[in-house]
Amino acid sequence: MIEIKDLHKSYKMGSNSLHVLKGINFSVEEGELVAIMGSSGSGKSTLLNILGMLDVLDEGTYTLDGVPIKNLNETKAAQYRNKFLGFVFQSFNLINYKSAMENVALPLYYQKVGRKERQEKALKYLEQVGLREWADHLPSELSGGQKQRVAIARAMAAEPKVLLADEPTGALDSTTSYEVMDLIQKINDDGNTILIVTHEPDIADMCKRIVHLKDGVIVEDKKITQVRASQYV
Amino acid sequence: MFSRDNWKEIFETIQKNKLRTFLSGFTVALGILIFVVLFGMGNGLVNTFNEFFGDDATNVLYVFPGRTTVPYKGYKSNRVIEFDNSDLKDIAKNFTMFIDYSTPRISRGGLVKYKNESNNYTTRAVAPAHQYAEKTIMMKGRFINEEDLKNRSKYVVIGRLVEQDLFGNNNSIGEYIDVAGSAFMVIGVFQDDGGDNEERLIYMPYTTRQLIEKNNDKIDEIIVAFKPEIGYAGAMALDRSLDRFFREKKYISPDDQSGVFIRNVADQLKQNQQFARVLQIIVAFVAFGTIIAGIIGISNIMVFVVKERTKELGIRKALGATPKSVISSILLESVFITTISGFLGMLLGVFILNSLGEKLKDYFITNPYIDITMAISATFVLILFGAIAGYIPAKRAADIKPIEALRDE
Repeated sequence: MIEIKDLHKSYKMGSNSLHVLKGINFSVEEGELVAIMGSSGSGKSTLLNILGMLDVLDEGTYTLDGVPIKNLNETKAAQYRNKFLGFVFQSFNLINYKSAMENVALPLYYQKVGRKERQEKALKYLEQVGLREWADHLPSELSGGQKQRVAIARAMAAEPKVLLADEPTGALDSTTSYEVMDLIQKINDDGNTILIVTHEPDIADMCKRIVHLKDGVIVEDKKITQVRASQYV
Repeated sequence: MFSRDNWKEIFETIQKNKLRTFLSGFTVALGILIFVVLFGMGNGLVNTFNEFFGDDATNVLYVFPGRTTVPYKGYKSNRVIEFDNSDLKDIAKNFTMFIDYSTPRISRGGLVKYKNESNNYTTRAVAPAHQYAEKTIMMKGRFINEEDLKNRSKYVVIGRLVEQDLFGNNNSIGEYIDVAGSAFMVIGVFQDDGGDNEERLIYMPYTTRQLIEKNNDKIDEIIVAFKPEIGYAGAMALDRSLDRFFREKKYISPDDQSGVFIRNVADQLKQNQQFARVLQIIVAFVAFGTIIAGIIGISNIMVFVVKERTKELGIRKALGATPKSVISSILLESVFITTISGFLGMLLGVFILNSLGEKLKDYFITNPYIDITMAISATFVLILFGAIAGYIPAKRAADIKPIEALRDE
């Protein structure tokens, strides 16, 4: 599903250049649930941003579902993001003046799905994350866990190939974190490919594979036995 | 770009961001409102100005005789110069090229009586063309015509206030009034924008006046109207030729300051027109400034709007919004708001101007108005520049990498 070869990325900081990713080789099969771990500054978020086409790579190749991702202009990148990827952010990034349902329906708007169908689909995905009756509420009226579940519903609504989550539990207490992880595991159980960036070991243990990043290179890549989050909920 | 879905999205955004909508709408509405009101007031000033100076025809020369102060060609000084009918004919003959019309004027004061009412009025004995020179407006009946001149009819045309004084509310047409001892039939009533004094005049055929005054052919003064197309320079040239003509005919020294006088309205007119033009330039300048201020205002707000929405736009881009859709949604939103509020401001301004009417007459503003095409084009200019001003920050926002936009707090 995802194939990365010899990926390099550096940032210009004035006259210096900061080499963040120094040759990453990495691939993800369909249906995997991968945790990308590392201390801050290890380059894990940069890697996720490149995977998410939110940022561009300097060197190497990136293939997503058989499509080479290179030389994208903003319009093309936006279309690919819309078609291939769903995002979940640490700070939720819901649009604060739109209701939960409208937020979930937004990626479908950019897919040019009709209004009625958008609403039906949005309600369906809100149902999946257990927030059907909160559809008309604004993000400010929801708890952190609820916001993140709306964000996950929004990411899923576009039916993406890959779900990318950047510290999805970073702003949540542990009980809520486990609820969110439970939801992510269930979505993975349905066959969806998911990548999670985290620095919390207990969250990483709930994935099926852990990739350790240190100073811009992969130092460890292992398959693990998944800890089900449902037992903590 | 203009699908129903896009508009729905835009309406929702507008509805849910009331402060933003209010700010940009208010700026535009206020800009147009001030523009319309200022421009209207400026027109009001020009109106007042025209009212002061536009009462009489502006293409006329007044020629009247004086008394010589210099001996010339065997004539002694202190000789009284008089005009007569032959001067009228000579002017018509010699200056046909330049002259639109000419009319004599013989002014006399005197007691005018009708039944028990009587009063002193100035009577002017004139030719039919006098109506144009004074811009006399007929309310009823008719003015003096060529027939009356030929027949030396004892007809008078009286001012509105003369009728009011003598006849009260009764109709004066066909009634006979006594003017300095002779009975005249009233054939018309006129009004004049020149004020009350002008409406207390009585006109009669100049031939009739001459008949009464022992059948002489004397004329007090001659009013000559030149063709407007000869322009200012032509009018000044005519002024000089008339002066030369009369000095020659009446044996007046070229150096004599007071043998013959010519009052040239063209000269005055030019000054007045210049003044009016300066007024208009000032008005246009102020209006232009207001529009510029409006454009700067809406530009600032657009920058603010885009800045405020940076994060939202980043989210939208992460979810698949293309740069084009980002720009078009920002622009459509701003154009929609500026159009609605611009026209509201314009209508309000026009309404204010209309309701002012004559109320500011004490401040030299009469009937302030704005040409509707002018108001609409100004509104469009503001909308257009609002869109252009919005495009620049919108484009910049669309070009920000979503990752940077998402980091924006």
